[in-house]
Amino acid sequence: MKKVHVTTTVNGDPVEFLADPRETLLDCLRNHLDLTGTKEGCGTGDCGACSVTLDGTLVCSCLVLGVEAEGKKVETIEGMASEGELHPLQRQFIEHAALQCGFCTPGILVAAKSLLEQNPDPSESEIRFWLAGNLCRCTGYDKIVRAVQDAAAEMRGAA
Amino acid sequence: MRYHTPTSFQEAARLAAASGGLLRYLAGGTDVLVQMRAGMVQPDELIDLKHIPGVFDISRNADGGWRIGVAVPGRVLGAHEALCGDWPGVVEGMNLVGSTQVQGRATLTGNLCNGSPAADSVPGLVAAGATVTITGPDGSREVPVEAIPTGPGRTVLKKGELISAITLPPRGAHGGDAYLRFIPRTEMDIAVVGAAVNVTLDGDRIAKARVALGAVAPTVLLVEAAAKAIVGSTLDEAALDRLAAASSAAAKPISDKRGTVEFRVDVVGVLARRAAKIAYDRAKGMSK
Amino acid sequence: MAKDEITKGYKLVGTRPNRPDGLDKVTGRARYGADFSLPGMLWAAVVRSPHAHAKIKRIDATKALALDGVKAVVTRADLPTGLEGEDLNLQENTLAGEKALYDGHAVAAVAATSALLAQDAARLIEVEYEVIPHVTDVDAAMQPGAPVIREGAADYSVPEGMHPNVVRHMEFGHGDVVAGFAAADIVREETYKTEATHQGYIEPHACVGQMGEDGRGEMWVCTQGHWYIRRMCAAVLGIEAANLRVTPSEIGGGFGGKTTIFMEPLALALSKKAGGRPVKLVMSRAEVLRATGPTASASMDVKIGMKKDGTVTAGQVMFRMQGGAFVGMSPIGEALPCAFACYDIPALKHEAVEVLTNRPKAAAYRAPGSPMAAFAVESLMDEMCRELGLDPIDVRLKNAAKEGSKSSYGPVYNRIGLVETLEAAKAHPNYAIPLGPNQGRGVASGFWFNHGGETSVSLAIGEDGTVQVSIGTPDIGGSRASIALMTAETLGIPYENVRVNVVETGALGVNEPTHGSRATFASGKAAVEAARQAIKEMCRRAAAEWEIEPEAVEWKDGAAQPAGPNAGKFPPMTIAEIGAKMGGTGGPISGHHETNAGGVGASFGTHVVDVEVDPETGRTTVLRYLVVQDAGTAIHPAYVEGQYQGGAAQGIGWALNEEYVYGADGRLQNTVFLDYRIPVASDLPMIDTVIVEVPNPGHPYGVRGVGETGITPPLPALAGAVAAAAGVRLRSLPMSPPKVLAAIKAARQA
Repeated sequence: MKKVHVTTTVNGDPVEFLADPRETLLDCLRNHLDLTGTKEGCGTGDCGACSVTLDGTLVCSCLVLGVEAEGKKVETIEGMASEGELHPLQRQFIEHAALQCGFCTPGILVAAKSLLEQNPDPSESEIRFWLAGNLCRCTGYDKIVRAVQDAAAEMRGAA
Repeated sequence: MRYHTPTSFQEAARLAAASGGLLRYLAGGTDVLVQMRAGMVQPDELIDLKHIPGVFDISRNADGGWRIGVAVPGRVLGAHEALCGDWPGVVEGMNLVGSTQVQGRATLTGNLCNGSPAADSVPGLVAAGATVTITGPDGSREVPVEAIPTGPGRTVLKKGELISAITLPPRGAHGGDAYLRFIPRTEMDIAVVGAAVNVTLDGDRIAKARVALGAVAPTVLLVEAAAKAIVGSTLDEAALDRLAAASSAAAKPISDKRGTVEFRVDVVGVLARRAAKIAYDRAKGMSK
Repeated sequence: MAKDEITKGYKLVGTRPNRPDGLDKVTGRARYGADFSLPGMLWAAVVRSPHAHAKIKRIDATKALALDGVKAVVTRADLPTGLEGEDLNLQENTLAGEKALYDGHAVAAVAATSALLAQDAARLIEVEYEVIPHVTDVDAAMQPGAPVIREGAADYSVPEGMHPNVVRHMEFGHGDVVAGFAAADIVREETYKTEATHQGYIEPHACVGQMGEDGRGEMWVCTQGHWYIRRMCAAVLGIEAANLRVTPSEIGGGFGGKTTIFMEPLALALSKKAGGRPVKLVMSRAEVLRATGPTASASMDVKIGMKKDGTVTAGQVMFRMQGGAFVGMSPIGEALPCAFACYDIPALKHEAVEVLTNRPKAAAYRAPGSPMAAFAVESLMDEMCRELGLDPIDVRLKNAAKEGSKSSYGPVYNRIGLVETLEAAKAHPNYAIPLGPNQGRGVASGFWFNHGGETSVSLAIGEDGTVQVSIGTPDIGGSRASIALMTAETLGIPYENVRVNVVETGALGVNEPTHGSRATFASGKAAVEAARQAIKEMCRRAAAEWEIEPEAVEWKDGAAQPAGPNAGKFPPMTIAEIGAKMGGTGGPISGHHETNAGGVGASFGTHVVDVEVDPETGRTTVLRYLVVQDAGTAIHPAYVEGQYQGGAAQGIGWALNEEYVYGADGRLQNTVFLDYRIPVASDLPMIDTVIVEVPNPGHPYGVRGVGETGITPPLPALAGAVAAAAGVRLRSLPMSPPKVLAAIKAARQA
């Protein structure tokens, strides 16, 4: 099976890789680019552990082919902290104990960041529905929702 | 698997017509990638339609209707205020498909071509009277949405044919539509039943109506008897009872892992009722 | 070990510092099972049976092996023979022998140079099956004429005349139940059923295995217990345990499901056959659901006698549970003792049978057996409270087990906190909130033993006075933080100066997994003992330098100090000072502790839930949820709350929508998260928690394991709430909308 040369941008860095056209963007991030922070929990778009943004749009990287990333901008969990400074969401997740096993955490952080970029003051219900595609089996979501609320408040300067 | 990126629908149709093996089109990919992952489908050719100009556009037609490109994802549809104002039921159906992440990719056209009787966006399109443009090697034709699916996972599309756009008719004055589905959770499930209602009012009375039901037959159903049950009424309790009864009577579901025959027959009537009330209120301008 | 005086006023225990692994986990740096790679690594894929029950006639891998890049294929013929008991079970589940026993049973495995190539090769492996009749329901499997899954599998405990699929039988009790029921004002008897559910950890099983022709190997794996992985792989492959070094990755959830092996020996066997190249094996979600440990399904008869004032006079249960096609996998041995554990009842009779079915080999799932037992017993208690018009908390208080009560399963309880949880639940504002139409409230209590288990911990003082603690229980929910807190508290040093590492099998004595709610309890207790040992040595070093008796030195505030005025006047010698010069004062200072940790303290909980049921669709919405549970002492309260909330969420899923759905063909119908419906964020309200602290006298800081109890009350609590809201009692889980609506319609027609 002939591989396709893909040139794309990941977390601001130009990258290129050879992809079997059947490989998902998730496969390519993890296995060709060693960006293993993006997780596979289901491979069918049901768990959100593989959440990334593609040209600014939140997607499941398991539902995007690697070849589709050609010429696009991909942002992953590895790009969320800038120059050693944690994103407020990352810090609030640690402080709120909003993670237990931590496996869903990268996807949830990427999804929550995308939410706060469009809606700086989401209600509890808006947070819950936005994150409905990000399964967490450990926390019951309570502390996750609170961490997102507090990060939002902090980013609005309300905290 | 070969991956193609044609830049016109004619080229896509030619590629498809010339293909000797198993072929799939890729727009949002939220169905085909899942099928590939599950080993249900191993395509020989994958034709990505997103390099064709215009596939991401939503545009208003001269008659006041809408033309929606085949790669417009649910999130973009939901953010389009004028379209949401005209056809909230169509948009809410699409926006119920999958998660926020899936909304970033999934398309109306893909939801239709996947051929699932439970497709959330299809009853709304059918109730709205939407049509699709089919492009094939021999040119294009316009077909009502309800004529596309022929059974679970099957469509009327022939080899070399693909959908190149979806057209919604002009909303016109005093109209409203709505879609409701039933799922056990609040998100992330496939519809156990779905119901879309589209009404046009003359004063308080319903002048025209279309009712479409999902997940209660091998294809989404356009139920004339259910529409008749409310046409001429002010959507009073008696009309709602007739609507529910006609909807339940039209349902010919199966029992499966998602629900029983009895449950689907009952609940499709409940949802038709509830959707009709929302559509009616929207037509009256009483709600969004 | 002497019991410790329990005192409050700790400096660190009970605080909420950031967890040490937090930064890695919010930045994507934490390495989970599938995140390891090695040079020259191959990828594996597994061929699985599409049939619930089939004889395997022939396996032909010729076409697969002919593909360029395919390096090895393994079938059962490659594994040693002659295994017995649970070792044989493990081997049989790793790769089917003569028969495939369930849909998804592994039949062959292949290793190739890429994941896609391995999957392509797996599709080319031809397996010829002869399909034979199957059975998946626990009650159907006991009926005359049900297909026999394993001839002669029943043990001595099974009474004569039962179906060969009945393989174990248990009974015990105390008192005279006949007299007890005679003394009751009402006696009620009902049958309850629960469907199998999956642990649903988000991280699929994953490992990288490497093994040479000499049988020496290494493995990196996501697991709750790497010594178990070592022992089980060694048994299945016929190698020596010490020749396999197992390193645990960070673990993406387990809930009991990662306390055993499912596919790990395959990576090693493939590696050996492929000339020692490392092999990565990662399950898909469908493989996880089809072929890894769900919990048992159950069919349960309960009989309770109650006086009009709520006093329970007698109880009796008969549980039938299936744990798949493998003997010993159903949790009857835990379900029975848990059934009436909350209560002090004069007469009890417990009986259970284990039944084989064509389902996957069950694994432990959070308080194994207890949620089902609670669903049956607590539901019937609730039904009887409602019939008699009694407050469910008052009735539970009246019958509650307390210190000195003889437990339903034999031992006399030490200090326990059930009564305190009931009182706190009753006093909580949630219990008084008025309810609207179609809304209802449910209450239930639950229990889990907690487990001690084999534990080995080592601790070493650094040259700068910081401390490393090596533990063998993988950290799933923050236990490194709690163990660091206890160690720092004991040593009198800052939390940040203690680093707790989960180390590989080569670094410590045998440790049982993180199971039985034991990690913070047992590894924590051992860490405290190890710290005390190090303190003793540090005091000795100080005494030597001061030239006084070691007994004249005490440890306080992170430093050795002269004990009392007669010891002499010396300034405190800090841990940093002792560490800095330890090379010259006798060498490295460490402490270690090996134990079968005793002193476990059972944890009880009481939950209160409010729901609303849509009478037209049967859909249940959880409006509010309260967990009250005894933690003994909450070392890190935030992670205690997390256990409570997570357990409740899993229980809510089990009660409402999660289930294994098998088709008439015996194949699992819902192999993806789309249809295996675990709760999503929008399904749940905030989950309120109250941490009751009745310290466990058997632990230096009073810890009770808190991980598991929380999943037991939700099942009956939800059933009670639905009954109150919709007027129908569901005795079969899940309470999915079709079932609830059918019950509502039947009640209307009646």
